[in-house]
This record gives sequence, C-alpha cells and structure tokens, in this order.
Amino acid sequence: MLDFILKKVVLILLPFIQMFGIYVIFHGHLSPGGSFAGGIIVAVGFICYSLVFGAEKGQEKIPHKITNLIESFGTLWYGLMGLVGVLRGAGFLLNKGAVAVGQPGNLFSGGLIFLITFGVGLKVASTMVTLFFTLTEEE
Amino acid sequence: MELTIGAKLLNNYPFLGSLIIFGIGCYTVLSNSNLLKKLLGINIMESSIFLFYVATGNIRGGVPPIVDLAQPEALYINPLPTGLMLTGIVVSISVTGFALALIIKLYRFYGTMDANEIFEIRNEGKNNGSSS
Amino acid sequence: MAKRLVPILAMILVIMALYVFMLAVAELPPYGNVDNPAHNYVYEHYVNNALEETGVLNIVTAIILDYRSYDTLIEATVLFTSIMAVLITLKKGEQH
Repeated sequence: MLDFILKKVVLILLPFIQMFGIYVIFHGHLSPGGSFAGGIIVAVGFICYSLVFGAEKGQEKIPHKITNLIESFGTLWYGLMGLVGVLRGAGFLLNKGAVAVGQPGNLFSGGLIFLITFGVGLKVASTMVTLFFTLTEEE
Repeated sequence: MELTIGAKLLNNYPFLGSLIIFGIGCYTVLSNSNLLKKLLGINIMESSIFLFYVATGNIRGGVPPIVDLAQPEALYINPLPTGLMLTGIVVSISVTGFALALIIKLYRFYGTMDANEIFEIRNEGKNNGSSS
Repeated sequence: MAKRLVPILAMILVIMALYVFMLAVAELPPYGNVDNPAHNYVYEHYVNNALEETGVLNIVTAIILDYRSYDTLIEATVLFTSIMAVLITLKKGEQH
C-alpha cells in the first residue's frame, strides 16, 4: 500500500489505460474491440488505482452514487435507442433507416450503433467497478 | 484416402488444445474441496469452450471480419461464433461474480471455504438440533 | 484414506471422459477449411451484406448490435441482474 515505485508507475500508466479504453469504446464500429472490451479496460484503470492507493481513495474517484446511476440507466439507454428506430418508422433496434449512418469509415458514423456502444461501454465499466468494490469490501 | 485418428487429431489441434484445457478445469473442480478453487476450475472450463467455439469459425488464409474498403472481396473468417461467444463471456463474468458473493457469504457464516468442513459443520448442527 | 483417493479417481474419470471427447474431435470437419458446415448461408449473408445493411465496418459489431440486437439487450439485463444479486447477497445490516 505504501510502495513509492508502484504509486508512481500507476500514476504514469493510468491516463494511457483510460485513454485506450475510451479509444476502444469509440472505435467499436471500425476496428476490433467494442463496448464490452473497452468498458472492461476503463474499469481496469479504476481497479488498478484502488488496488495501489486503497479502496477509500478509489471510492472517492468513482462514488457509489455515480456507478448506481450508470448501472441503472445503461440498459434503459439501450432500450430508448431501440425505440428511436420505432419512432422513425423502422423496426425496433434497427440501425439503418432509423438515423443517418454517415460515411462508413469515419469516426462519427454508424448511426445508433455508435450511441449504443457508448452507453453499453459505460455500463460494463460501472458493473466491473461495482463488482470489485462490493467483493473486496471489508466488514 | 482415410487418415488415422492421430493425424486427424493433429489436424484439429485447436480443438485438441481446448479439450486438454477442459480436462485441466474438470480435474480442478473434482479434486479440490476448496470452493474458490472449484470456481477457478469452472472458469478454466469456460475458457476452453470459448476457444473451441472461436476456433470453429476460423478459415485458413482468411482475414479478420473488418471490412477493408480498399479490397472488399477478401476472404473473411466467420464472425458469428465470435459474436456468440461475447454473450458467453458476459454470462461467465456474471456467474463468477455471483458465485464469489455466495462464497464470501458462506465464509462469513461458517468461517471456512472448504466444502467438506462446511458439510461436517452442517451435519453436527443437525444432530445437535434433533437430539436436544 | 478416502480423501487421498479422490484426486486419483478424479484423474481416472477425467482421462476416460477425455478419451471419448478425443474420438469425437477426430471426427470433426478439418480445422480451417472453407467448405466446413459452419460456414453456411448465414455466414455468406453477413459477410456480403453487413456493410450495406448496417453501415459499420466491423462485422462482429454489426452482428451483435444490429442483426442479433435483442441478444445484446438481454445480455445487458443479465449484467444488471447479476450486479443486483451480488449487492443483495452481500447486503450489510441484519446478520443471521
């Protein structure tokens, strides 16, 4: 818990881990990866931080309130994105025909899939963080 | 011409590897009485199933299923088993999390994680309860 | 004495089961062949039409978030249910 080298290394590595996780989430429709892999990488950043600095400091970074909110609204976000297709005259959870998909190959393309990936990635990250904090909680 | 069983097995080496991993997991589950080690064995077995499924979708000489706009006529490998196994991985994470929670609850209640000792404690409690 | 026997019995059982599985693996279609029954018309439809029908480059993403989107929706629900179950199991307060 008081290791100087471990703390410095984690502080240097942490921004890169988080950036890579967000990159994997946002490029889910262009390159290998996607919401589940990217969400778990983002969560690994938080878990790494709280392993080295202690669970209390980790909980300060990402409190229970925020994870509970993301956890509850992640699935709802998915369902709402599916309803967009119904409102626009396409099928439930259908991508093409619901919104403009844009030029394939650009970052901001893919229509609903881009938005759904973002929501599900956040939800997976909050799930892993919640699992870690709940299972390692002491009496 | 007909190949021997050994040649067929060596030709299907990813399936053979997944079988061996499955055997290691199965042996871990059967031979350990520690609940945490049993859970580890179940996870190893799940990994072997994922390997088996993903290997089913491979094609020799194929490229990963990301559409390359420069050459769209490439031979892509089968993306369907990969997509199906994503579901499997999520279910495995959920099951592992819930099993860990149950093991923590058992440890707090009985003070041990050993399945045999838990059974002994439960039997003692039952005998005492019926006699008194 | 009986506890000593458990690993040996487990090893014998696992080896017997693995032998049967190996016979099954030897009869599987050859690994990595294009003509395998796994690569049927579904595979051809996904690979040929994914870009036009969904507008994303990654075919795996196209499958899990468009063609089989209900699957992923219920998958998110599975994650939510598991986290709820863990929180209920490890709830603080009344101990018994």
